[in-house]
Amino acid sequence: MIKRTAKAFVTGIICLSVGFSAVAQDMVQIKGSDTLVNLVQRLAEVYMEKNPGKYLAVTGGGSGTGIAAIMNNTCDIANASRDIKPKEIMSAQKKGIEPVRTVVGLDCITVVVNQANKVDKLTVSQLGAIFRGEVSNWKDVGGEDMPITLYGRQSNSGTFSFFMDAVLKGDYSDRMNRMNGNSQIVEAIRSDKTGIGYIGLGHAKNARELSVVRLAVREGEPYADPMDPQDVSSGKYPIIRTLNQYTNGKPSGTARDFMKFELSAQGQKIVDEMGFIPVPEEYVEYNSRNAGV
Amino acid sequence: MRKVKENIIHGLFLLNGIIVVLVLCGIFYILVTTSLPALKEIGLKEFLLSARWNPTSYYTPSYGIVSMLVSTFMVTAGALFIAIPLGVGTAAYLTDVASPRIREIAKPVIEILAGIPSVVIGFLGIVLVGPIIAKIFGLPNGLNAINGAVLLAVMALPTIISISEDALKSVPKTFVEASLALGATRWQTVVRVKIPAAVSGIFASCMLGMGRAVGETMTVLMATGCAPAMPRNFFDSVRTMTATIAIELGEVPYYTTHYYALFAVGLALFVITFLINMTADAVLRKYHIKVR
Repeated sequence: MIKRTAKAFVTGIICLSVGFSAVAQDMVQIKGSDTLVNLVQRLAEVYMEKNPGKYLAVTGGGSGTGIAAIMNNTCDIANASRDIKPKEIMSAQKKGIEPVRTVVGLDCITVVVNQANKVDKLTVSQLGAIFRGEVSNWKDVGGEDMPITLYGRQSNSGTFSFFMDAVLKGDYSDRMNRMNGNSQIVEAIRSDKTGIGYIGLGHAKNARELSVVRLAVREGEPYADPMDPQDVSSGKYPIIRTLNQYTNGKPSGTARDFMKFELSAQGQKIVDEMGFIPVPEEYVEYNSRNAGV
Repeated sequence: MRKVKENIIHGLFLLNGIIVVLVLCGIFYILVTTSLPALKEIGLKEFLLSARWNPTSYYTPSYGIVSMLVSTFMVTAGALFIAIPLGVGTAAYLTDVASPRIREIAKPVIEILAGIPSVVIGFLGIVLVGPIIAKIFGLPNGLNAINGAVLLAVMALPTIISISEDALKSVPKTFVEASLALGATRWQTVVRVKIPAAVSGIFASCMLGMGRAVGETMTVLMATGCAPAMPRNFFDSVRTMTATIAIELGEVPYYTTHYYALFAVGLALFVITFLINMTADAVLRKYHIKVR
């Protein structure tokens, strides 16, 4: 009887290891930004169609989650809609991880309000005051007399961090509703007349029932519309950020192949279709210098 | 030979029991040791008395759990306020008034209610319950403590109903017969005799329902708005301890103060649920002995 159980046990171990190795081969783990997740999933689908036998798994969780995963070596590529922070780089280096950045596109953060809201333009400083909680009624920025309801992301989101550093330069209002993702913000503002929120350009382009706010850098400057490609490419629109992917060291193997696909003409066309901005010249050179893609 | 087999089986069962206790003690040990660095750095006073939880602040990080404690308490209290009358009433209905046919249908339905995943309930909270609440109270959105309370009531209800039903069924028939013999109506018997006799079992069921509500994460994360400010009333967006841990643990760099602080919040949660369950258990045990 012992011989039989021993045989069963060994067979079990062999099956498991074969199973695991089949799964572990070529399964590139990509985690991170909610802003990037739809885009990278689409890119991964097209890539897997063209390259049968290669497997990629794309999940969300927020830029912070992705960067934490690359630092703990639990993923191959981290999607991040913000830059890695110096503190994070130090922690990573202490563990022997060298994060290398590749830019796969640009994104505008668009500010959206309900269609019934009269306010359609703001300065960056007004926007900051609103989200810091200093301005709490729409009449203070040229709208009706109704309180402002804030919708933002949670602290694990790259959009959250980027917006805080670029616009607020301070803390978010404690009363801001922290939603789980871009779509939740869209849905919330769609049914709330008093709402204001910030989402990625790709999501704004698909959310037809919301009103996009035009932004000016300061009072007196012209207002830029993020839905106008001219305003974006000329740099007139003030909130533009890079969409990054971080790897441990320069990418290699299937990860590198996938990233080259993302930066190819076909990949960049998908980036454009999904509502983001293709990588401009300066970053093409940066990518090849920095990451070898 | 038979004796050896008996001893082996006895030993295996004993081992199982010990493993369970070890796992519990292990979890407690990990929570305590991983929270200590945070409590040392933050200071127990700030942690327990400050109302500002903002570890990723632009200026200075602050780690105070008072707002979270109040939020958890609010949604739990609201949930029990809805679920206890509803649950005990349903239990009384099922034991005394309902026909066997209705009882046959109701019991599996209640079990199914218990099995609905919390994500699904949270989803229903966002798309169904939230807009209804917003419309009734004239609020801009349905992401508030009331929404959380309603959803948690739905989740605590099956626990309260089943255990209260058990408690009511265990009331000795002699009590009921005596009451009816003295001329009481069925209503008076249920309300004045059965429920008071079963009150300790009902209390235990409420404690267990409360434990369920306190530990619920996904539902409150999705449907309560997660604003970290101290809630002013039930119409405000709230953030419970469970939601805070779920949101932040995924992105916190390991072994930083923030990381340890989240474990400290987990420890607080563990202590609360532990105390609730201990109370329920003590009351249940007392109840069993009394009736027997």
